[in-house]
Parts: sequence; C-alpha cells; structure tokens
Amino acid sequence: MISPAAAHRNLLLFVLPALAVYLVFAVLPLATSIVMSFFQTSGVSGDVFVGLANYERLFTHPTISARFWNALLNNMQYFAIHLIVEVPMGLLLAALLTSGKLARSEGIYRTLLFIPATLSVVIVGFVWRLIINPLWGLVGFPLLGTESTALTTISLMSVWQYFGIPMVFLYSALLAVPNELVEAANIDGAGGWTTFWKIKFPLIAPQFGLIAILTYIWTFNGFDLVFALNGSAPGPNYSTDILGTYFYRTFFGSSGQLADLDLGAAVATIIFLTVLLVTAAYFRLIQRRLKSYSV
Amino acid sequence: MEHVIVHALLIVFVLLAIGPVLIVIVNSLKTTPAIFGGPFDLPTAKTFSLEGYKRVLTRGNFIVNYRNSLVVTVTTIGLTVVLSTLAAFALVEYRIRLASLLGGLFVLGIMLPIRLGTIPLIQMMLAWKLIDTLAALILVYTAMSIPIAVTLMVTYFRTVPTDLKEAARMDGASELRTFWIVVPLVRPGLAAVAALTMLPVWNDLWFPLILAPSRQNQTVTLGVQQFVGQFMNDYPALLAALTLGAVPLVLLFTLFSRQFISGLSKGYSK
Repeated sequence: MISPAAAHRNLLLFVLPALAVYLVFAVLPLATSIVMSFFQTSGVSGDVFVGLANYERLFTHPTISARFWNALLNNMQYFAIHLIVEVPMGLLLAALLTSGKLARSEGIYRTLLFIPATLSVVIVGFVWRLIINPLWGLVGFPLLGTESTALTTISLMSVWQYFGIPMVFLYSALLAVPNELVEAANIDGAGGWTTFWKIKFPLIAPQFGLIAILTYIWTFNGFDLVFALNGSAPGPNYSTDILGTYFYRTFFGSSGQLADLDLGAAVATIIFLTVLLVTAAYFRLIQRRLKSYSV
Repeated sequence: MEHVIVHALLIVFVLLAIGPVLIVIVNSLKTTPAIFGGPFDLPTAKTFSLEGYKRVLTRGNFIVNYRNSLVVTVTTIGLTVVLSTLAAFALVEYRIRLASLLGGLFVLGIMLPIRLGTIPLIQMMLAWKLIDTLAALILVYTAMSIPIAVTLMVTYFRTVPTDLKEAARMDGASELRTFWIVVPLVRPGLAAVAALTMLPVWNDLWFPLILAPSRQNQTVTLGVQQFVGQFMNDYPALLAALTLGAVPLVLLFTLFSRQFISGLSKGYSK
C-alpha cells in the first residue's frame, strides 16, 4: 500500500506537467482578463484601477452599448436556431442509425454524416457562399447580403456543419439502451415507432439537456464562421454580429472603431459570465434531476 | 419496406452532408469555363484540368502552411496525449481528496472558453518572445486540449483492473514503471484523445490569426482563408486550395471515426 504522503507526492508529480500547461495558458489568461477589465491600462500613468467604469461604458455608452446588446441578441438567436434545427435533426438521424435495419452500412452512414463537422469553417463558409451565390443560380436572392436573412443563413450553415454532434451523442445513448427492454416491448407487440417513443426516447432524454448546454457554450463562443464569411465587419447593418465578432473588433479595432484592450477584457468577462452562470445553473438545477430519472 | 424508407432517408441526408464537399472537389478538377458553364457536371476529358492545383502549389504559400499545420497538430497531439495520460493515471490511482479536487478543476476546463483570455495571452507571448511562433500555438492548443483529454483518460483508466497494478507493485515496480505496464491497456483511449484533439487544432482560425499570422508561420486554415480573399477570381485555384485544406483531415477522421465518436460521447456525457 502507498502511504498518504507518498500518494500526495506521486499525484503531484504525475499531474503537475498537465496542470502547469493548463493553468498557465488557459486559466491564468482568463483570470488576468477578468482582472484587466477593472483597470485602465492604456493611459500614460500606468495601470489605473477604474472599478466598473469599463462595464459602465459597455452597458451605457450610446454606440458601444447599442452594438453590444445587438450582438447579444443576435447570439441568442444564433443559439436558438441551432437548438431548434440541429437537435431534432440529430435525433432523427440517430434513430434511423439505430433502427436495426441497416446491418453493416450503419458505420458508413455514421461516418459520412459526420464529415461536415470535420471541415474548417473556411471551407464551410466558402462552399455555402458558392452554392447560394446568384451567379451559380441556386438562389436568385442575396441571402447573406440582406439584413433580415443574413443571420438565419449563417446559422443554418453552422447547423449543416455541426448536426453530426447531437447525432453522435444521441446515437451513443441509443446504443446504450438495454436490448432486453427493446425485446420485451417487441414481444408485447410494440412496433418500431412505439418502442422508440415509449422505451428508448425517455431513456435518452437526459442527453437533450447536455446537448442544449453544449450547444449554448459553443454558440456563445462562436466567431469563426461569421469571420470567415464576413471578416470582422459583420453583415448588413451589424445583422450577423455576435459576441465573438464584437469581442474581436473591440480589442483589435476595425474601420471606424479604435482598439480598446480594457473594454475588450470587459466584453470577454461578460461573455465568460454569460456562459458560466447559465452552465452552472443548468448543472445545479436540471442535469442532476434528469440524471436521477435515467437508468 | 421499412428498410427502404430508412435507407432512403439516410441517403438524402448523406447527400445533403457531402454534396457541397463533392461540388468543391469535382469543380477543382475543371477548367474555369467548365466551372461556370456546368457547376454540377463531372469533369470530362475536355474540361478536366489540374491547373488549379498547379497554381496553388506554386503561387501560394501552401507547402509552408501544410508543414506548419502538421508541426502544430502533431506536436499538440503528442504533448496532450503524454501529459493527460500521466495526469489521468494518477487521478485514478491515488484516491485522496486532492485527486478529486484536481479532477474537478480539469472537468471545469472543458467549459472554459480559452479564447476569451486572448488579450493576456498576447501580452504573455510578447513578454516571452513567443509571439508569432508555432510554439505559441502549440502551448495554447495543448492547454485547450488537456481538460477533455484528462477527463476522457480518467474514464479509460477506471476500467483497468486493480489486481494488475497491485501485482506490479508487489514485484517492486516503481510508480512510473506501473504506469508503463498499464498504458497498453488504455490504448483505445489514447487513440480517442488523439482523434479528438486533431480536429479543433487543425481547423482553428482564431489563434493562428492572432498569435502566428506572419507568412512563414501561417497554418493551412489561415492560409486558405487569406487565399480566398486574395484570389477571388481564380476559381480553380481556390477550389483546389479548399480541397487540399480539407482532404487530410477528412481522411484521418474516416480512419479514426470509431475512436473519435466514442471519445466524443465518453468525454462529454460524464
């Protein structure tokens, strides 16, 4: 047996390399960013503690706050579209893959359906811009160039890329449903449809909570696709500006906007809190309850 | 009958998923007039052309981009696999309070949006003279990959029977030696970590843009993004660039899709 002292020493020796890299290059920058948001660092007199002044600007300054609220609302819409389209699509595909009617082709379908998720957004953006390009004639309407359709169009491109993720989660959950339950239902005369909704679906229900929260985290960290399509100048009249692109513009600056590191740090902190609070609330309130009902 | 419906529906979705990719690949093999004349036609003897590929490889910065992406991705995978395997072994092995605390800290990191620490990261890389180097990317990507990798490896190490480790210790093996004895048993986990680390690193646009944007340090993803901006009228070259940027990862994913998918569902649904 190992003594407690030796256990501590061994644990630290084994964990330290991973922990050091993770703390220095992930945790520390984030923490520093939060601290920075309470300072003014660009002045001549060095760093000055300004309390919530950066946040006050973010929330109340006429143009800065207007852009911020706009980005936040757009981001919510971006998330909602993912949730409404991507999850049912993933469920349908997972149900089809595990319907027991595919035999050896199951793996092939699964792999092919996941391919879009392996592409970089640069390719996704370009491919879809090409397909909806009026020049190539599939759509005779500038979907990305119109304020009312741009955000939905980008959201759907992203859904096209990532529907494989909820599919895989639900697929794995469906595979884990005990066979005896399904067989028992079949013996009782339940068909594929009834078995799915009455037996399998309730058992995989907790997965939906997890998928929703992961989708939330990923969409609120979104940036790449919008940037790949539009650069940091976001869509007609800021219609595709989400928090990620807003953050990028704030700290890098863009035409008509000066770079502002402290304000950028405040934006980063707000995005972080938006993600953290919702995730924490979700795990405290919902996931635990869901878990206790599942097998 | 039901079989037919299931297959038909899946085929429709497969076409929806890979159709756009095939359009890019097919058109990258055609001449410019053929691309615009019949975007959905297959290349014929008359319209087949590799000019696009030739131009990308000679005019662009492609070989350098590829080498950079390869160096960054492979090194990140190597570091992530080694560091997270060591850590996960210990977290499972030494059942003390500190272990569950550290384990929790890593789980938390799965949700940590590391991108939001970009401003301090730039300052840090500047101070350490790492800005605009591949090392900066490798360090950040390793930090980004570690939380999910550790969490995933913990679930694999939990499946290793205790007897084996106890037997090794009885024989007087050191802890590191014991670690080496059990590593082969978690090989599927290593493959899952590698597969899961590969995609987000190869495809990332944010950190190459910010930490290593200069020509000699550009990765494929950033290179293709700039190529799209620069050569907007040279469609064959553009499509060739996009194809070359995607193909290696799609191939690797196809090879490792089983590991990837089991890793994804094991790592997150804990």
